[in-house]
Amino acid sequence: MSELLKVPTMAEFMAAGKQPEVLFWVGCAGSFDDRAKKITKAFVKLLNKANVEFAVLGTEESCTGDPAKRSGNEFLFQMQAVTNIEVMNAYEIKKIVTACPHCFNTIKNEYPELGGNYEVMHHTQFLKSLLAEGRLTIEGGQYKGKRITFHDPCYLGRANQVYEAPRDLIRKLDAELVEMKSCKSRGLCCGAGGAQMFKEPEKGNKDVNIERTEQALETKPQIIAAGCPFCNTMMTDGVKNKEKENDIAVMDIAELIANAQDL
Amino acid sequence: MDYLPQILFAIALVAGIGYFARNVKKLMRNIKLGRDVDVSDNKSQRWKNMTMIALGQSKMVKRPIAGLLHVIVYVGFVVINIEVLEIIIDGLTGKHRIFSSAGAIYGFLIGTFEILAVLVFVSVIVFWLRRNVIKLKRFLSSEMKGWPKSDGNMILYFEMVLMTLFLVMNATDLKFQAMDSGNIISQHITPWFSNFSGHSIHLIERTAWWLHILGILIFLNYLYFSKHLHILLAFPNTYYGKLTPKGQFENNEAVTKEVKMMMDPNVDPFAAPPEDAEAAVPAKFGASDVKDLSWVNLLNAYTCTECGRCTSECPANQTGKKLSPRKIMMDTRDRLEEVGKNIDANKGEFKDDGKQLLGDYITNEELWACTSCNACVEACPVSIDPLNIIMQMRQYLVMEQSAAPMELNNMMTNIENNGAPWPYNQMDRLNWKDE
Repeated sequence: MSELLKVPTMAEFMAAGKQPEVLFWVGCAGSFDDRAKKITKAFVKLLNKANVEFAVLGTEESCTGDPAKRSGNEFLFQMQAVTNIEVMNAYEIKKIVTACPHCFNTIKNEYPELGGNYEVMHHTQFLKSLLAEGRLTIEGGQYKGKRITFHDPCYLGRANQVYEAPRDLIRKLDAELVEMKSCKSRGLCCGAGGAQMFKEPEKGNKDVNIERTEQALETKPQIIAAGCPFCNTMMTDGVKNKEKENDIAVMDIAELIANAQDL
Repeated sequence: MDYLPQILFAIALVAGIGYFARNVKKLMRNIKLGRDVDVSDNKSQRWKNMTMIALGQSKMVKRPIAGLLHVIVYVGFVVINIEVLEIIIDGLTGKHRIFSSAGAIYGFLIGTFEILAVLVFVSVIVFWLRRNVIKLKRFLSSEMKGWPKSDGNMILYFEMVLMTLFLVMNATDLKFQAMDSGNIISQHITPWFSNFSGHSIHLIERTAWWLHILGILIFLNYLYFSKHLHILLAFPNTYYGKLTPKGQFENNEAVTKEVKMMMDPNVDPFAAPPEDAEAAVPAKFGASDVKDLSWVNLLNAYTCTECGRCTSECPANQTGKKLSPRKIMMDTRDRLEEVGKNIDANKGEFKDDGKQLLGDYITNEELWACTSCNACVEACPVSIDPLNIIMQMRQYLVMEQSAAPMELNNMMTNIENNGAPWPYNQMDRLNWKDE
């Protein structure tokens, strides 16, 4: 399986005197989290399929600093940012794609002031552009007619007004897209943002991911689609908590598309 | 001729407007206690936002019922106040209904005012029912007990009384009724007074007229002490609202300077600090009190009308956590008022009162419950940004007090040591490819 994946690094491109079309920023979750790694691989399969000349930073990549900044550690954030920017500028990176809305938001919005100016795309936007250019075709495959609800990641939706790219891709699967009562600009958070992912929640009467999962279950979905590795974790936990993991899958959009092509 | 009413009127007018102006000055001074930020950019977009959001109420109608009722009261308020102009001219000159010579146009205007007055009255009753009988959840939170609750009701009573006085004033104005133009509503009220003598009716008309204008002046001065300030501040607040994407949090410039210096190999660490070093290093990172916040944050606080849309959309609040974005704004205003009174009492100098926004008003528990999801920012109909205040206060907690929850400290140590929030080696970052 793994030999099928072509994952060149920036260093290799540099050594060959070439520049890739786009840098795939994998992110910490995509690199280390077992669930998120599957998303990373699914996206790479699609990039390979579409013959996209991409590269990763590999061991030269480091946390964007998002959880540090949102925890209040501005110093650590900026140290991370400046270090990453130095690496990317040395490679003369112009365009970045990432499957993590937190990395997406940070690099797109908070890096420019610190000297990092790139065109940054979320992987759903990038896949949509591949589709538009005819480099990738999507068939519904196993998802034809399935009820799919999409959970808007805060840092993709409200934070950056990207609501349609992931939905367009779901529609391309010939799936039945059903919306939760809070969606798009009023989408409810999964509970992981603002560094909550890394700590126990404060005292309350419910966990945020349970509340959100309940909203998702109201739509009677067969699949809950996500566009963020952290949302994915939170929603997966929520579905398990409701003992629905055998009926409802939580899947990233990239996984849905890759699976539909039997990649 | 008897000039007494005109003199009394002039005194009331000058006193009413004068006292209000005094408080506006105080308000501006308090807002300016905030840290300076440059919001002089992108004027055309700012005007557009103000026109759409404040003037056009575009975000109010996202919630259709409250939105529609609010639009009625808002339009009614703005339009009926045209009448105040006539009242003031009448009051100062001793004339009566000076614009009535405009004939049909006057009738049309007053007719419009009368219809709006009834619509406002009905809307305000519905608002009152929502707060006191239906008991919508967002009006019952713990921060809405006491003054905020009575403030909300008081405003509604004010409006009910003012609208009633306006209609009674018209109904008992027999000359106006005789014109039979524009008395669409009041003509149905006039018969209620048919048992009164002409003299009594005139007396009622004068009383209603006086109470109406005095009521307006009192209401004007009530604003400063009330959440109702939003009727004025919504305009500047939407103008100065955030223009960048909601996910973009500002980078702390003082930190940028330090980081750049650390990364610059040419910097001589033993060099004497430059002349302006004192000014360059901020007194503290982040915010623990209102003076550390930006003046836009403070304007936000005075603009908040405590509608609670932010809190009702907040994931932390919905799941029973202590955080309420509305309370963050109310606390900021309360503390700012306290600081302002302190300055007034000490001849223009703030005397340390041993209190601050953090701890005495807003607790760490509230701050750490935030998921930074921007739902509160999105929900606010007047572009208030509670998240910005929360983030500045977290910055203070972490950078000045190292008071982050232990798990977050572990996460940050991981980022520092191995470039990821988890304890994995950076050298293993590409291992997924071969797994």
